[in-house]
Amino acid sequence: MIVVFVETTAGDDGDVLAGPSRQALTLARSLDDDVVAVAVDDGEVDLDEVAEDAGRYGAVQLHGAWHDLLDRYGPESWAAALDGLVEELAPGVVLAAGTERGGEVLAHVAARRDLPLVANVTHAEADDAGWRLQRVRWGGSLFEHTRLEAERVLLTVQPHAVDAVEVVDPAAAELVEHDVELDDVVARTRVVEEVVTSTGVSLATAPVVVGGGRGVGSAEGFADLERLAGLLGGAVGCSRVATNNGWRPHRDQVGQTGTAIAPTIYIACGISGAIQHWAGAKSAKHVLAINTDAEANMVARADWAVVGDLHQVVPALVAAIEAR
Amino acid sequence: MRVLACIKRVPIPGAKIPLTDDGTAVDDERLGHTVSPHEECAVEEAVRLVEAHGGTSTVLTVGPPDAEEQLRAAVSTGVDQAVLVPTDGADWDPQRTAAAVVAAIGELEQADGPFDLVLFGNESADAGGFQVGIRVAVALGRPMVQGIKEVEVDGDTVRVSRPTGTTSEVYELPLPACLGVREGLNLPRYPTMRGRLVSRKATIAEVTVDGPAGGQSLVALESPPEQEVETEVLGSGPEAIERVISVLEDLKVLT
Ligand SMILES: Cc1cc2nc3c(=O)[nH]c(=O)nc-3n(C[C@H](O)[C@H](O)[C@H](O)COP(=O)(O)OP(=O)(O)OC[C@H]3O[C@@H](n4cnc5c(N)ncnc54)[C@H](O)[C@@H]3O)c2cc1C
Ligand SMILES: Nc1ncnc2c1ncn2[C@@H]1O[C@H](COP(=O)(O)O)[C@@H](O)[C@H]1O
Repeated sequence: MIVVFVETTAGDDGDVLAGPSRQALTLARSLDDDVVAVAVDDGEVDLDEVAEDAGRYGAVQLHGAWHDLLDRYGPESWAAALDGLVEELAPGVVLAAGTERGGEVLAHVAARRDLPLVANVTHAEADDAGWRLQRVRWGGSLFEHTRLEAERVLLTVQPHAVDAVEVVDPAAAELVEHDVELDDVVARTRVVEEVVTSTGVSLATAPVVVGGGRGVGSAEGFADLERLAGLLGGAVGCSRVATNNGWRPHRDQVGQTGTAIAPTIYIACGISGAIQHWAGAKSAKHVLAINTDAEANMVARADWAVVGDLHQVVPALVAAIEAR
Repeated sequence: MRVLACIKRVPIPGAKIPLTDDGTAVDDERLGHTVSPHEECAVEEAVRLVEAHGGTSTVLTVGPPDAEEQLRAAVSTGVDQAVLVPTDGADWDPQRTAAAVVAAIGELEQADGPFDLVLFGNESADAGGFQVGIRVAVALGRPMVQGIKEVEVDGDTVRVSRPTGTTSEVYELPLPACLGVREGLNLPRYPTMRGRLVSRKATIAEVTVDGPAGGQSLVALESPPEQEVETEVLGSGPEAIERVISVLEDLKVLT
């Protein structure tokens, strides 16, 4: 049996599985027929709707964990709930999506039992000697092939490494509800408050990202990039050099330690294209580089390039679009 | 208060990550070294907390003797104490690393008292296992939250928050606690001339501990296939604008 810890989200037709959880279920199905999903019942989610969706991605059962302390997210409470169900169900493999919560919850489960955990797996295969896994290092810039021997295999699945595929003849997963027991101590890491922080176009989902790096030269220099992004309905991103110089807030940073973007087009201005920056930009469908250096990595990786000074090119582009 | 920041020495690859001939490690002979930006912020936060509340800051790494370079860099930005847990040079798996950190913390706390806060990066730059800090916290029985971009100590609690996209989750942990922090928590300072001098003379404490290897063993590393792209140069200045506009129109991002 494989247990998949799933995360839920509100969709157009009710509560459904989050995309990365669908991907994790799809990977689980390729390893074992007996796939069981586990979700936390926070009192708001409609687990019947989630069970239907889990069935579409191959789960035969959905186990819901309920307790007063689970109403708000907490790494320790959610991990304790999952850990209890894992003990009860006794699967050989436990999977979660390599999301912030999925990774955090599974790492707590691994730590509680001192079991190995392999994070951000892209491929898994069992053989006589144990498990052969492929995972990502360096934020996706390098693959690692690794062997794992463990009485219980704990893995998180790298988001977007596996396409979510529905089963041919779906049936809703059987919903099994559990009142779980929790030690009060786990309440210490529950969310106490949730604050709305941003409105407007989010960098992660923007259809156009206009990025600026060292070549922009100053905080004021980003005004033209802002204007261009505004005209294209996009968001402004930046390199770590721009963040470190205090030109942009860190939430604008694209890369390994910033945000991963996936726009239709990434317009990279004065950015050299270091591997750690590219780690967050490589899902862009197209890249236009504006750079004085025709040899820059960003230019080599781009579909289109303007080899020139961004301080001339960007304002001219803004003016031309405004004049249309 | 006593604050500990845990860091890991990693190479700084350029446009590609060079591998050794046998493909089992990054060939870092010609590369510089650093720590994850997340960990730089952990170090900076330790220094700031001690500036604001008094006490001592400590930086710790499990790594080869060369990791002294990263410990001294932390001292040059204001950390009071540096501790090396020497390894055989090989990259230890997360369970073994965590066990060594736990054992080292045990020794340091026995000598000088408990750490109020132990700070980790959200994930290491190279391995990215997303777990060493959580394992340490669970072994120590202390609360731990990952992904933190705001830290505020108030008496015996620490109020922290982590962004989730459109919202920010707030947590209040009782001290002593552990945190996995993200770049953006603060803007790390550059070392001063005096800091550099101090760091050159600082003694690096060594704590020799080890833990058993976990069940994971690395077989090989591999660079993902690079998509070959044919770059079309649209021009070399403002005269390229017309062609840029038709690209944007073709992609339907400009109508
Ligand atoms: C562990 C680790 C994690 C990291 N994570 C990230 C991350 O998440 N995101 C990130 O961005 N970086 C990250 N970095 C840093 C990364 O290695 C690079 O240092 C950084 O991306 C370089 O930023 P840049 O391209 O703006 O600057 P540079 O590399 O200095 O490039 C500037 C570019 O601008 C061009 N230019 C200069 N003037 C002009 C002009 N007037 N017009 C047009 N072009 C011009 C130059 O030709 C050059 O190509 C990380 C590093 C490490 C070690
Ligand atoms: N060798 C090490 N020495 C000290 N701290 C480490 C080491 N490896 C990882 N850490 C800490 O644990 C965090 C998470 O690492 P990881 O689980 O590898 O992603 C890192 O950001 C560091 O703060």
